[in-house]
Amino acid sequence: MNAMQSITKKRPLYGLIAEFDNPDDLLAAAHHAHAEGYRRMDAFTPLPVEGLAEAVGFERTRLPLLVLIGGLCGCVGGFLLQYYPSVIDYPLNIGGKPLNSWPAFVPVTFELTILAAALTTVFGMLAMNGLPTPYHPVFNAPRFELASRNRFYLCIKARDSKFHLEKTRAFMQGLKAREVSEVEA
Amino acid sequence: MGGSTQDNPRLAGAEQPLIGPGHSYGSVTDKISAIVLTQPTPKGWYLGFAISFGLVMTLMAAITWLLLQGVGIWGINIPVGWGFAIINFVWWIGIGHAGTLISAILLLLRQRWRTSINRFAEAMTIFAVACAGIFPLLHMGRPWLFYWLLPYPDTMGAWPQFRSPLVWDVFAVSTYATVSLLFWFVGMIPDLATLRDRARHRALKIIYGVLAMGWRGSAVHWHRYEMASLLLAGLATPLVVSVHTVVSFDFAVAIVPGWHTTIFPPYFVAGAIYSGFAMVMTLAIPIRAFYKLEDFITLRHLENMAKIMLATGLIVGYGYMMETFMAFYSGHSLDRFMILNRMTGPYAVVFWLLILCNIVIPQSLWFRRVRTSVPALFVVALVVNVGMWLERFVIVVTSLHRDFVPSSWGMYYPTRWDIATFVGTIGLFLTMFYLFIRFLPMISIFEMRGLVGESAERG
Repeated sequence: MNAMQSITKKRPLYGLIAEFDNPDDLLAAAHHAHAEGYRRMDAFTPLPVEGLAEAVGFERTRLPLLVLIGGLCGCVGGFLLQYYPSVIDYPLNIGGKPLNSWPAFVPVTFELTILAAALTTVFGMLAMNGLPTPYHPVFNAPRFELASRNRFYLCIKARDSKFHLEKTRAFMQGLKAREVSEVEA
Repeated sequence: MGGSTQDNPRLAGAEQPLIGPGHSYGSVTDKISAIVLTQPTPKGWYLGFAISFGLVMTLMAAITWLLLQGVGIWGINIPVGWGFAIINFVWWIGIGHAGTLISAILLLLRQRWRTSINRFAEAMTIFAVACAGIFPLLHMGRPWLFYWLLPYPDTMGAWPQFRSPLVWDVFAVSTYATVSLLFWFVGMIPDLATLRDRARHRALKIIYGVLAMGWRGSAVHWHRYEMASLLLAGLATPLVVSVHTVVSFDFAVAIVPGWHTTIFPPYFVAGAIYSGFAMVMTLAIPIRAFYKLEDFITLRHLENMAKIMLATGLIVGYGYMMETFMAFYSGHSLDRFMILNRMTGPYAVVFWLLILCNIVIPQSLWFRRVRTSVPALFVVALVVNVGMWLERFVIVVTSLHRDFVPSSWGMYYPTRWDIATFVGTIGLFLTMFYLFIRFLPMISIFEMRGLVGESAERG
């Protein structure tokens, strides 16, 4: 099959995907592809592989910063939630304690800090990952259901500026891959 | 074959492998997902589920009668206003704590042996918290007005009293339930994707597919996912300590002799972890035998849990000792009377049974022969479960029934409805657990793959 044929296909190409047997081969391949100049790629694995995200060009996640902000909002909000009723809206003298008896407000403030931070962690992680994703092109790859069992995949996307169907395919075939196949978008 | 090499008691603890020999990424995936997808449901499952579900019906009957008649059907009275409802609440919520300890604290401490037990320990947490939550709601007398505990601008112009530990409890327990549920669900996303990919029936594919939310194992996703797991573990660790601390404040902030003591928070947290590990053990031992999971839940796991039980049990013992010491050392006549009444009064049998179950019998865990004998561990775990329930009985009932003024003393006896409600929640807990092991992966598949990778790298 040549380049012309694939262009005339009805469905556009998402990229090329290579299948590996183990995480070490995949990691080496990802490093190799990065060194070759490919930037728009992703790897798919059944378990987290250390260093793989960096190898496919991922810098760092801002999730911790988001969680810090979420936690601080929970903390301030939690305290105000108690301050407003106790001091402003519904002041009650309890055993002569000051209306703003802040030590008694610590437990609820703490719990709401944790709650807000945890909600930010989960929904932040899902949002940054773009989940839920009902449809994604890589699910079209042959045998991709093994990506959640025991196979490891490297996908170079067609929109990479260095992507060339034949040259990229040849490059990927030289990478200890079991098989290289096209992925329809 | 695999089981016998695993359960070799001659190997010292740390030399025991965490996973049986000969496993690969594929084999752990197949073995765990087969329990949900392909293996026929064992007859024992149906039997156990039927019994548990019958107990749930008992719970429903008990609750219905309670709503019709009011809390008068229970044995609570003045002076003992708390009774079974609060005993069971504290017992259940304590059991939950081991799940969070295993999933969060042991993750931060990089204890790899947590891998095969964390999923069902977390499930245990959620089901135990669900059972716990029922009791304070019912104990309110008018459970349909529970939302009065929440801060919202209501038409009466009133707000909850934020200086009260009972309101702190609402926030602590609901936060704990929410965070535990999130942690459990997030931990399951990659495994739900595995089930989606391995299910053959279309309906199952759709159900697991919706739950997996399109997880595809992208390296970038894994990176954020692992960061999120670490952050959640870091948040859940102080949370779990705070929850039982707040529960202990329900007692310690009151001025009743036997409750008003500063040792309560740490001693409650230790007790919670103690009873929780006992419950994990109670569940893990039958499950591993029943589903032939000795390769995954090895003797080393059981031995480690036994050691944690021994350590936390000793902390609990220290708590009892200090309670007694302070009662005399304080020179407070009511405190001294309270402790003597506990040891020699009408509930003395319960107190000494508690000492037997929580302090004396668990000392057998010092011996390796006991720690490496599965039946012995099962018996000790059951004994600790009972002991921790008795502890809460002693704390609640013996402190309240004879407080300051002898003219207001009284006795507390549970009624059949108290017992039916308690047994009913055990049924509810087991029913949810049976459904969990049938429909969800009870061991974290992707983390087990990580263990396979590690043992392969080591050669």
